[in-house]
Amino acid sequence: MAKLKIHVDQGKCQGHARCKSLAPELFELDEYGNAHEIGDGAVPAGLEDKAWLAQTNCPEIAIQVTEE
Amino acid sequence: MSDAVSYLPKHPPVTDWVNDFDHTDPRWTDDPFPIWDELRAASPIVHTERYLGCYMPTTYEAVRAIANDTEHFSSRRVIVRDVRPEQTAKAPPITSDPPEHKPAKQLLLPPFTPDAMKKLEPRVRAICNELIDAFIADGKCDAAARYTKHIPVRAIAHMLGIPEKDGDQFIQWIHQILELGIKNQETLVKAAEEMDSYFAGHIEHRKTHPSDDLISTLMNAKGKDGKPLDDAHVRGSLRLLLIAGIDTTWSAIGAALWHLARTPTDRERLVKEPALMPLAVEELLRAYSPVTMAREVMKETTISGCPVRAGNMVLLSFPAANRDPAMFPDAEKVVIDRKENRHAAFGLGIHRCVGSNLARMEMTVALEEWLKRIPDFRLDPAGKVTWSEGTVRGPRQLPMLFGTTA
Repeated sequence: MAKLKIHVDQGKCQGHARCKSLAPELFELDEYGNAHEIGDGAVPAGLEDKAWLAQTNCPEIAIQVTEE
Repeated sequence: MSDAVSYLPKHPPVTDWVNDFDHTDPRWTDDPFPIWDELRAASPIVHTERYLGCYMPTTYEAVRAIANDTEHFSSRRVIVRDVRPEQTAKAPPITSDPPEHKPAKQLLLPPFTPDAMKKLEPRVRAICNELIDAFIADGKCDAAARYTKHIPVRAIAHMLGIPEKDGDQFIQWIHQILELGIKNQETLVKAAEEMDSYFAGHIEHRKTHPSDDLISTLMNAKGKDGKPLDDAHVRGSLRLLLIAGIDTTWSAIGAALWHLARTPTDRERLVKEPALMPLAVEELLRAYSPVTMAREVMKETTISGCPVRAGNMVLLSFPAANRDPAMFPDAEKVVIDRKENRHAAFGLGIHRCVGSNLARMEMTVALEEWLKRIPDFRLDPAGKVTWSEGTVRGPRQLPMLFGTTA
């Protein structure tokens, strides 16, 4: 399976926090509740489905998932 | 609470939904879904001459476009009403536009993060069980009057540091502002003034008796000029938290219980698979979103190919967007484990509900505790379910029987 990388666009994120709820291993929230990818956004093996789940539930379409 | 206040002037009944819609028509209140489908089939944007001129986007795409366009659409009026008096009672940040919006919102965000909500969760669980204790032995209850109504008001009172027992008074003010106020300016103004003087008292008290509640947090917060917020800003934000934080979540919990009472398969599945609750909560929020917002058109523009003219209001129906089949397959069905769900129940864009994490926590806890103690329930055929009118939709009478059918 291709390696995935995630990124939260800070210009779009409004802090719905759906990604943090669905994939807490991949996203963290700042003091305002806005989401950021953890570390460099590389998705550890086995968490690919969670990355896509977070992406498809973001109401602001703020999450990019890219295949490396 | 009393419904004795007149709803005058009464609106004439709607005969042509596409050209003359009215979100306070009794048919809309009872069952808005077929009406939204009819409007959506006609156009992505519809218009009514009622309310001094008002548009309604009917598709998810048009709702998103308007929510994201703060240049043409102002939030200074967030309720579509019969009148448009000068705005005196601001409630930042919900009534703010850029550039004032962001600093006002940032003040409110830290107390409402998911982590902050986790600290409140045990109190909410206890509130739910105290309420259930009071009616479970009866084998039946009006779940709106005895349960859903009291959970958000007590939780927000707990956060603000004001007595939970004042909740009935808050509920009455909110009813006067959000429902009766659509058609009765005097009732709205009186309720807003009473609420203001109530909070003014609590603010004064904290000037000599500081505490660690949300009122004190707001009083200590610094505005963008580095100075503490003035009392009017603090009162405005408190007014917002109370108005926005109570009948909205009350409605969401009530609609969820209403659905589960009528849908044994979903109810049984949630009892057997409690891990499904997060997806179920999102789907119930999508299907029965309680909150419709408003915007005011400031400059002419085009949305989804439709011209939109200044001077009109916009009924920004997130609930209708969430029923758009172009966005959600089987939009009319509750799919309790729906995987892909970009629902807009908490709004889209910069005005995303500041209390969404609180609402989700309250809804989750309220459903979990109810299902633990009352796994089997159904609507009481001897009673009648009624729904609130206007801006926030949810059951206001929800008669339930417990246990399986005899």
